[in-house]
Amino acid sequence: MTLDVERIRKDFPILSRRMNDKPLVYLDSAATTQKPSQVIDAMSEFYQLHNASVHRGAYALAEEATALYEGARQKVADFIDAGSAREIVFTRGTTTAINTIAYGWGLNNLKSGDRILLTKMEHHSNVVPWQIICRHTGAELVYLPITDDYLVDTSDLESIIDERVRIVAFSGMSNVLGSLGPFAELVAAARAVDAITVVDAAQLIPHIPTSVQALGADFVAFSAHKMLGPTGIGALWGRMELLEAMEPAEGGGSMIRDVQLHESTWADVPQKFEAGTPPIAEAIGFGAAVDYLSALDMEQVRAHDIEITRYALDRLAEIPSLTVYGPDDSAARGGVVSFTLADIHPHDLATILDHQGIALRAGHHCARPLMQVLDVPATARVSFYVYNTIDEVDALIAGLHEARRLFGVS
Amino acid sequence: MSLEELYRQVILDHYRNPRRSGSIEHPDATAEGNNPLCGDEVTIEVVLDEGVVTDAAVRGRGCSISQASASMMADRIVGMSVEEIATLTRQVKAMLDIEAGDPGLDSDRPGAVLGDLEALAGVKQFPVRIKCADLPWTTLEEALASDVV
Ligand SMILES: Cc1ncc(COP(=O)(O)O)c(C=O)c1O
Repeated sequence: MTLDVERIRKDFPILSRRMNDKPLVYLDSAATTQKPSQVIDAMSEFYQLHNASVHRGAYALAEEATALYEGARQKVADFIDAGSAREIVFTRGTTTAINTIAYGWGLNNLKSGDRILLTKMEHHSNVVPWQIICRHTGAELVYLPITDDYLVDTSDLESIIDERVRIVAFSGMSNVLGSLGPFAELVAAARAVDAITVVDAAQLIPHIPTSVQALGADFVAFSAHKMLGPTGIGALWGRMELLEAMEPAEGGGSMIRDVQLHESTWADVPQKFEAGTPPIAEAIGFGAAVDYLSALDMEQVRAHDIEITRYALDRLAEIPSLTVYGPDDSAARGGVVSFTLADIHPHDLATILDHQGIALRAGHHCARPLMQVLDVPATARVSFYVYNTIDEVDALIAGLHEARRLFGVS
Repeated sequence: MSLEELYRQVILDHYRNPRRSGSIEHPDATAEGNNPLCGDEVTIEVVLDEGVVTDAAVRGRGCSISQASASMMADRIVGMSVEEIATLTRQVKAMLDIEAGDPGLDSDRPGAVLGDLEALAGVKQFPVRIKCADLPWTTLEEALASDVV
């Protein structure tokens, strides 16, 4: 093992739980990861010692809270190699971050006949906001197809991308297939026609060491809860000149410079996009989570992901009538593996595995358009993170054999 | 609770060989049901003659529990009056612990009067799966309520 997983596991109180009289085997980190004590403690310490509203009070406690909140912003900025902490907008998560771009940039810059280019492997949170913007502006959606190797098909990119395309939005890493996005190609193609690029990085940032400056995209959206942090917080990174030009999607307290009866002016970036009292403890928990990941070293996190995913793919391939949906090449994917087993419905698989204490996901994974491409109503999905072990993959494989036995699958 | 109780042979048999699967050309009553969270779907069509179901068809896709429940239901209701079906539906829902009240079931073996359908009794040990077993029955209730004969 590249990471000291046994030591890491001790940091996660929930991993010592038993489910259905078996040790909990948590294989649903793509939905949300478990949280280490370091994150839980940072949040409760904030409430016990530093709680006050940020950016307002003229007293020492509020200054402490503000310093912690802004310190978390700096940590997140450093984690993704942003040029400046001001380029980090705290949001409720990936979904809110994408909506912030859709309403802030899309609504104000798109017109009838314009196009938004997506891929057919997007999560609903990178589809539905754009559909709403299309309804408002008359713009239309265009989709890049998927290859037989479960990658975004860019072979026709040149004919698909033209001046009508104003936004190119794609997932950095698919939450169903594990596939990594064709960043360089899409960013270059978008730049050639002056379109902005939006990366849904909900899975990318937790799994792959990423420099947003090297990525070259214009906006990157991700969620703390998929990278050891709390729910209710995430980040939108954007290039400063775009953030400065972009309208806020929400108005209210904290985001203004001045308010008159009929007009207001906005605060500077990033406050302009953070209307209302923010989730302060959550931001601090987010900071603690990136500290934890940085201490592990993201290169090691990635190496562990590759090792355990490779092992899982090889073991799954031994099971007759099991189909994996996703690339086989470790370099082209992260630690999310979707599959179906014979005619056993994924929900039945989930029930059978739950009985052995194994938590996995069954369903359409918020990616109905992708399910249509794969021509399945649902898949089972396992996803790994820093605390998962090879033994847990073995438990999964044993559970799948038990499912085959119960269903009489040969 | 054991998985063997949930995945009985009868259930797997109905799942793999659904009875009365397909559609009817001129149904008197029909309804579509789905569980948006898990994606299970069931469509039910029935032919009625003076308040008695004379033909039924179901189709759908989803887990073994929802599809087996639909198959067993379709097989069972042909020949029954709408009132008898209402009683049967209450009995099934009581067996699944969905509905309280006393629909006249033996409390030690609530499924005894239900034939094949008794195989669904194990579902109530798996709370997240109860709605799967229930889907066809709720859909049938809707279909029969939609009929304005
Ligand atoms: C690829 C991808 N995009 C977007 C999201 C939405 O993230 P959130 O629900 O945290 O806003 C998820 C998580 O479900 C995801 O996996």
